[in-house]
This record gives sequence, structure tokens and C-alpha cells, in this order.
Amino acid sequence: MTQLSEQPPANARRWWQQTMRLALLTLAALAVFAFAVHAFVGALDTLVFFGFPLGYYMAAQGSVIAFVVLVFWFVAWQERIDRKAGVAEPSPRDPEGSL
Amino acid sequence: MNPPGAPDPFLDNLGRIYGTFIGGLLAIVGTLAILEQLGLPDQIIGYVFVFVTLAIYAGIGIAARTMRVSQYYVAGRQVPAVYNGMATAADWMSGASFVGMAGTLYVLGYDGLAYVIGWTGGFVLVAVLIAPFLRKFGAFTVPDFLGARFGGNLARMIGILVLFACSFTYVVAQIYATGLIASRFLGFAFETAVYVGLGGILLCSMLGGMRAVTWTQVAQYLVLILAYLLPVAILSAQEFGFPLAQATYGGVLQRIAELEQQMLASGLADPATLVPHLQPFTTLDPLNFFALIGCLMIGTASLPHILMRYFTAASVRDARRSVAWTLLFVAILYVTAPAYAAFAKLEVYQNVIGAGLDALPQWIYTYGKLGLVDICGQSAASADAVREACSAQPGNTGVLRLPDLAIDRDVIVIAMPEIAGLPYVIAGLVAAGGLAASLSTADGLLLAIANALSHDVYYRMVDTRAPASRRLFIARLLLLGAAILAAYVASLRPSDILSMVAWAFSLAAAGLFPALVLGIWWRRCTAAGAICGMIAGFGITFYYLAMTQFGGMEEWYGVKNVSAGLFGVPLGFAVAILVSLVTPAPSRHVQALVLEIRKPSGEPVLRDGAS
Repeated sequence: MTQLSEQPPANARRWWQQTMRLALLTLAALAVFAFAVHAFVGALDTLVFFGFPLGYYMAAQGSVIAFVVLVFWFVAWQERIDRKAGVAEPSPRDPEGSL
Repeated sequence: MNPPGAPDPFLDNLGRIYGTFIGGLLAIVGTLAILEQLGLPDQIIGYVFVFVTLAIYAGIGIAARTMRVSQYYVAGRQVPAVYNGMATAADWMSGASFVGMAGTLYVLGYDGLAYVIGWTGGFVLVAVLIAPFLRKFGAFTVPDFLGARFGGNLARMIGILVLFACSFTYVVAQIYATGLIASRFLGFAFETAVYVGLGGILLCSMLGGMRAVTWTQVAQYLVLILAYLLPVAILSAQEFGFPLAQATYGGVLQRIAELEQQMLASGLADPATLVPHLQPFTTLDPLNFFALIGCLMIGTASLPHILMRYFTAASVRDARRSVAWTLLFVAILYVTAPAYAAFAKLEVYQNVIGAGLDALPQWIYTYGKLGLVDICGQSAASADAVREACSAQPGNTGVLRLPDLAIDRDVIVIAMPEIAGLPYVIAGLVAAGGLAASLSTADGLLLAIANALSHDVYYRMVDTRAPASRRLFIARLLLLGAAILAAYVASLRPSDILSMVAWAFSLAAAGLFPALVLGIWWRRCTAAGAICGMIAGFGITFYYLAMTQFGGMEEWYGVKNVSAGLFGVPLGFAVAILVSLVTPAPSRHVQALVLEIRKPSGEPVLRDGAS
């Protein structure tokens, strides 16, 4: 543990703020699809989507698909933030850093 | 230490190895299907599936044996993200998910979807809040992190306690499920079957630790997902001419709703007991529905045997990507489970309810004999038994009514091929899938328990100078001990333990989540704060669970005890924050450590862990 910096420089602080903002945004989206959408199940069920009542569909598939998209989006965005701030790791197996 | 670029004949050929594996599996299914037409007995098909897959897992386990500490604990930290995602998905999806999820949705209808939402959404929390940081920290186990971040062995001990509380009952349930499947398809006595399953588990994990478990779990994922998707795809193709059941079962849901109305009109169903499949909040009120989603999500993000899988990734970036792949692979099963439930329900409503008591399909008796299907309150072991039981019922007219039929949740998936009249090969494949799901989870859990004992208790607390060979010997000895103890408990068929499995999520959530999240995201969180938070959160959750289950205590605000984390998690956070604020800030050294684990680049903080 030789290279531990005790006070973050301005650059690092900006990177951490971006990371925090992304985390909050992702968690907010998670809350929408895990909780908020299903509070309106009654209203959504009056709509039909591919033969499914929409409220049921959102709980059985829609939210899950949203989580998958959300987590891949989060990973890509966080990697961009890390790369721009110069804190990403070099990786011998995957130098491009693409998904 | 192995540099990430070092040549490894296994790692460099992963695609070819697992491609061959899938091809071989399909070839076995095809060959057996042909042999079945030629008259091969069912029993032999069951044996071939169970023993061929077990032999493959054991082969991988033996091929991946290791004498290196970092290979044993974290697979050398060089598992690529996609494979780590598959292994974690297998680790995560237990026998209960594979066998019981669809059955739960069959019984609960819409309300059961809380499990689908909670168990998938949790991985977003893992990716955002926890996994990359623990990977950067470089620990071997979750208690290892707690010990380093919160200054010493008290935090480590509490972490180990929570880990035991949520892992041991869970592993007993896995071995129990293994025994159930083996006894159904091999015809062994349940007590013998439990030890057969145990042998499979130990062959995978004893010699190679995390390295072997990782690569068998990848194979187990492939078996279980194929076994889960195939039967329902065939059904969908029969019904709608299109095998993607996940897209077609909307039509099935409509027919179920129509049949429910018809059954109510004709008196076959009773409005007081019929659970409408699509109507929300019939068995769980909204408070319990949303509380359950929350507890399952946070619990997922705190289970030590899942978090420890991300320690095997090659980098922080790979750890984060592994979580995304895990969620994708897990989601494939969870979006299929509601389709399973719908197809099974349609089949039962169409062909079983309203049938004459002497014209019931054969599968009713097959599972009735095992005590898994009850008709008129008695096991439906034979046509005579059914007639006798129902003649005692008032108002019986010789026709099966909905309230007369009680199907155990675990039957839906296992019996689906028989319910739908598919060839026995499919049933054998499903058995192999259920076995894969139980074995992979049991492997991960036993490894988590044994690693906590050997690394955290023995190496960190008892003998910090133990040489690598002795550490590995102790680790294997403890693994064996934990496995035998779990198998012994499972062989006693402890119904109490099985009902406690769902508790693991609330216990892990309340005991670990606040300490992990605050430890990473809040530099000011002190050791005293985290320790008090863990004790308070875990304590109140345990108290609520035990008192409502065994102590006859009233539920608080009507919250069911599977959602006990609803009280424990907020309390854990509140206590940790308050106590942290009144105790002196952590040392500059600890604060610097927190800054360091947030940053992906640079060496792992805990160098010692990677030796």
C-alpha cells in the first residue's frame, strides 16, 4: 500500500462525482422498474400487449428485460467514465475495452 | 501468482471445450430419444442422464485440481466475464429456482412475480454498489473485507456468523433437492440418494476449490438452461407452432382466464378458493408484495456465496461485466418460469379438472404415490384411493373439482414432460437440469462456508503463518466436514429447515448489506458503527423470524416473515450511521483504503490475499 493518496485531487473528485451521479441514476431507474411500475398494475392491465395484459407483462418480463438493459448500459457508461478519467485498468486480454 | 496473460491450456480453449460439451449433450439427448422409441426402459434413461452428467462434472473437477492457494480460493482471478456470468448464474439458481419457481407462480398467480422481479433486480444493486469494489479490494472472502475495513476480528466474526446463518440452511435444502430428484429418477431410497448427491458435490469441489467449481458451474448452467427451455419450447410449438414460449404464452393466459370463468359458472371451482391467475394482490397485499421484492433484491446483493464469485474476475472491469452477464443468464430462466406455470395450469384446467375420477391422467398417480399430489385430502396413489377419498367428501359427483386437487409446487417442472405427454427423454433431461441446479448451488455454498472457516478463522485468526499446503489441507478438511454435516441434516428430512430457506435473503440483507454499502460508499463509517449496525439489523431480523415462526408472536403491521428484512435493513443502516457519527472518524489509513478501492486501476489493496 505505497501509492495510497490521502486527499483526492480535483480530477479524481470530478470522476467520483460522475460515478456517484451514474449510480444514483441507475438506482432510480431500478426503483422505477422494480416498484413504481407495478403500483399501476390495475391501470396497465386494461391495455393488451402481444396478448398479455400489460400490467402482468411488466412484472413477468418487462421489468426483467429493463433490468438487463439497464445493467449493460450502466457497465458501458461506467467504463467510459473510468477511461476518460484515466483510472481504468489496462487489460492484456481485451485492450479495446469493448463489451 | 499467475499473471493474467500466462498460457493455460484450459483457459485458451474455453469456447471449444464448452462447444463440444453442448454438442455431446445434444447427441446424448438425440441418441436416447431414438433408443426410447426402440424400447429402452425409462429407468435406464434416467440412469444415463444422471450418471453421465455427474461423470462430466467430476471429470472437470478432477482436471481442474490445484495446489495453489489463489487458484483454490479465487480460481487464480482469471475467469473471463461471460463464463463468470454463467458460473454465477448456476451458483445463484438453486434447485428451488429450477424446480420450485414455476410451481410458486402456478400457485400464487400474479403475486408470485415478486420473486421474479426481486431475484433479477438484485443484480443491478450488485453491479452498482458492491461487486467492482470488493474485487478491487482483493479479498478471498466477504468477512475478509469486513475485517480489513472495520478494523479487526470482531467485524470478521460477525460476518462469518451471518454467512453461516444464511448459507447452512440453504445448502441443506440443496442437498435435500438432490436427494428428491435422485430418488425419483434412480429409484434409490431418499437417504441413500442424499449421499449420492453429496459424492457428486465433493468430487467437483474437493480437489480444485473455486477453480474446479467455476468450470463445473459453467457446464451445469448449460445443462440446466437447456433442460428448462426445451420442454416448454416443445409445448409452445405444439400449441402455437412457434417454440418461443416466452412470447406466446399471452394466449395461454387468456384461455386460463376464460376457463376460470367457466369453472366458476359450472360449479367446478369455488370463488372462495380459486386464485385468479392474472389478478394482482390476491395472496399478498401490496405492502407484502413490494416488501418481498425489496428484501429479495437486497438479499441477492448480500449473499456471500454470490459476491465471492466476483472475486474470481480478472479485473474490476471484468467483475462489473460479470454481473451484467449473470443477470442476462439468470433472466433467461426467470422470464421462462411464468410461461411454465401458464402452460401447466392450462393443461390441468383443460384435462384434469372436470374429468371423471376414474379417467385421470397417469401422472397424477405417479406423483400421488410420492405424496406430491393430493386429491380430496389424500395422496392420489391409485384410482381406488382417489375414489375412496372423494366418496367421503360431501357433494361429490364423481367428477374432479378444483378444490379437490392439491399439487405440490415442486411437481410442476419435474412432471411437466409427463403432464404434456412428452417422451421420457425430456423428463430425464429435466432431472439432469434440476440436479445441475442443486449441485452447482450446493458447491458454491459449501465453498463459501469452508473458505470462511479455513481462511478467515484458521488463517487470519488462529495461525497467520500457516504455509500454503497446510491452509489448503485445512480448507479441504473443513469442506468435507461441512458437506457431511449438511448431508446428514438433509437425510433427516427437516421440514423446518426447508421453510427457513427463504429467510436467508432477509438475514443476509439485514446482516451484511448496510455494512458493505456504507463501508464502500461512506468513508466516515466507523468500525463501531458497522459492527453495531450488523448486530442490530441481523438481530432484529432473526428475532422477528424466530418469534413469528416458533414463538407465536403477532406479525408487525401484517408483514410476513419472509420479508423480515423490511425491519432489519433500515435499522441496520440507521444504527450504523448514528453510531458512526458519535464515534471518532476512522484512521487516515482506513480512509485512504476506501478511496483506493473505489478506483479501478492500480494494485489490489489486500496484496496478501492474492499470494
